[in-house]
Amino acid sequence: MISNSFDPARSAERCRRYRRRVLEVSQRVQALHIATAFSCTEIVDAVYNGLKTDTDTFLMSKGHGAIMQYVVLEDLGVLPKHALDNYCTSGGMLGAHPDCGNPGIAASTGSLGHGLAMAVGMALAESVKGGGGLVHCLLGDGELHEGSTWEAVLLAASLGASNLVAYVDANGWQSCSDRTRDTHPALYPLAPKFAGFGWQVAQVDGHDGAAMVQAVRGRDGTRPMMLVCDTVKGKGVSFMADSVAWHYKRPKPDEFAAAMAELA
Amino acid sequence: MRNAFADTLYEIALADPRIVSIGADVLPGGKLPQLKQVAPGRFLNVGIAEQAMIGIAAGMALKGLRPFVYTMATFSLYRPFEFVRDDLCYQNLPVTVVGMGAGLAYSTLGTTHQAQEDLALACSLANMRVLSPCDPAETAQATRFCAANDGGPIYLRLGKAGEPDLTRGAEPFVFGRLRWLVRDGTDLCLLAHGPIMAMAFQVAERMRALGRKVSVASVHTLKPLDRAGIADVLGAFASVAVIEEHVAHGGLAAQVKEIAWDSQARCRLQAFCLKDQFIHDYGSPDQLLAAHGLSPDSICAALG
Repeated sequence: MISNSFDPARSAERCRRYRRRVLEVSQRVQALHIATAFSCTEIVDAVYNGLKTDTDTFLMSKGHGAIMQYVVLEDLGVLPKHALDNYCTSGGMLGAHPDCGNPGIAASTGSLGHGLAMAVGMALAESVKGGGGLVHCLLGDGELHEGSTWEAVLLAASLGASNLVAYVDANGWQSCSDRTRDTHPALYPLAPKFAGFGWQVAQVDGHDGAAMVQAVRGRDGTRPMMLVCDTVKGKGVSFMADSVAWHYKRPKPDEFAAAMAELA
Repeated sequence: MRNAFADTLYEIALADPRIVSIGADVLPGGKLPQLKQVAPGRFLNVGIAEQAMIGIAAGMALKGLRPFVYTMATFSLYRPFEFVRDDLCYQNLPVTVVGMGAGLAYSTLGTTHQAQEDLALACSLANMRVLSPCDPAETAQATRFCAANDGGPIYLRLGKAGEPDLTRGAEPFVFGRLRWLVRDGTDLCLLAHGPIMAMAFQVAERMRALGRKVSVASVHTLKPLDRAGIADVLGAFASVAVIEEHVAHGGLAAQVKEIAWDSQARCRLQAFCLKDQFIHDYGSPDQLLAAHGLSPDSICAALG
């Protein structure tokens, strides 16, 4: 439910809680993308707790960020607690990537470069039907390597998907050991590329929920909007921050304790 | 065939606001482009962006619409294959993927524009249903089925233009059932689908001239295949032949052989399919079929 004010202090408290919940889950399963969940924590929080109305849709295109969406959906009462307690277990409903049909999940993703086109289709469908809300779509910056993402970038503005807001979680890493700035220097700067394709663009601190809420609320509504969110992979835990090692690694008991202490 | 699809879809779209037409830099022909004037938001040309075409259709279907996406079969199915699999089949969405000019219809454009193995791909996908009508009238009926579809995705395999009417007077089109176009005795049965049905009719005519009794059925639904109907054919006829504008694996012929084994069929069974090759030849579709070894002469000679 949309709130008129977005309290940074309460957002910070929620995000600490969300990160702690992800770490709790990490102690029961092998498959978890902690660092990518931590880089998009404030973005997901800003959408669900600051922007999204009941008629809006949120689509997690960077499917490996699903654990953060699950935690927020659990917090909002959309997902029952047992769902996350049985994450990635046989007989449980939640896997490492979003599965359409689960409560609060708008589309199945996991293969990168799929979400933005689906979000464009959803936004256009809302226009055709009339009366729908905004479509919010969260992309990873690794998805900007995919040609299909750029097809969707081209088409969003060309087809008039003005009710679409996309967020790039620009943490500068993929799952491998090299920084994107080293492997794909031509990708930067990001913002002018989207602007060149007819999007309204804002570049914000992706860990400042209030700034993101303010930017989206200020959209002109005549074209799709892209928020380039500067983020830190593994944000919130000092030894995980800006380290690709925690893309898929499970914390050992002492690491878990240290991380939980930092997030106390 | 293309016009029959386009005209039918246009008529349905006027009455059903859920229908959306999405092309990728190809004009559908017929009346369908008029939809742009009637409902601009429901007639889209995404240009040469087939992956996004499938994704956009998926997003629209997730919001309750019934999109049809179309371009040449190589580009509507092969190019965005993983999007068809993940976005449409995995999510089980009511989107019709139209493969225009499938088989060798684009005979002068070379292999890049020819879909000779599309059924193997489409039939391999869970939740996907596959239709291959044989003439304009059957195309119209298949299109109506797709538009009324509230289930998962459908791959609709079409020819191009100029296909003769072959189903006039035939029994009604029923999704998932083979359709008798000619029924005469229990000597020889020809099973075919798609535009090569015209060649099957030529073969039937010649075999009749040789004194044979020949039946012809359109197996327009490749998935789910009418296994019981085909088993009945294999049990009833002395000879059965599959004529197919598709490679021998993954299409109708391979499945008929599988059913023959499962049903312990005793009939003579022959398959006339495309070669497992990329043919470096041009000319008319019939000339390319001949380069693949498919002509009325060659088939009649093999039928004996």
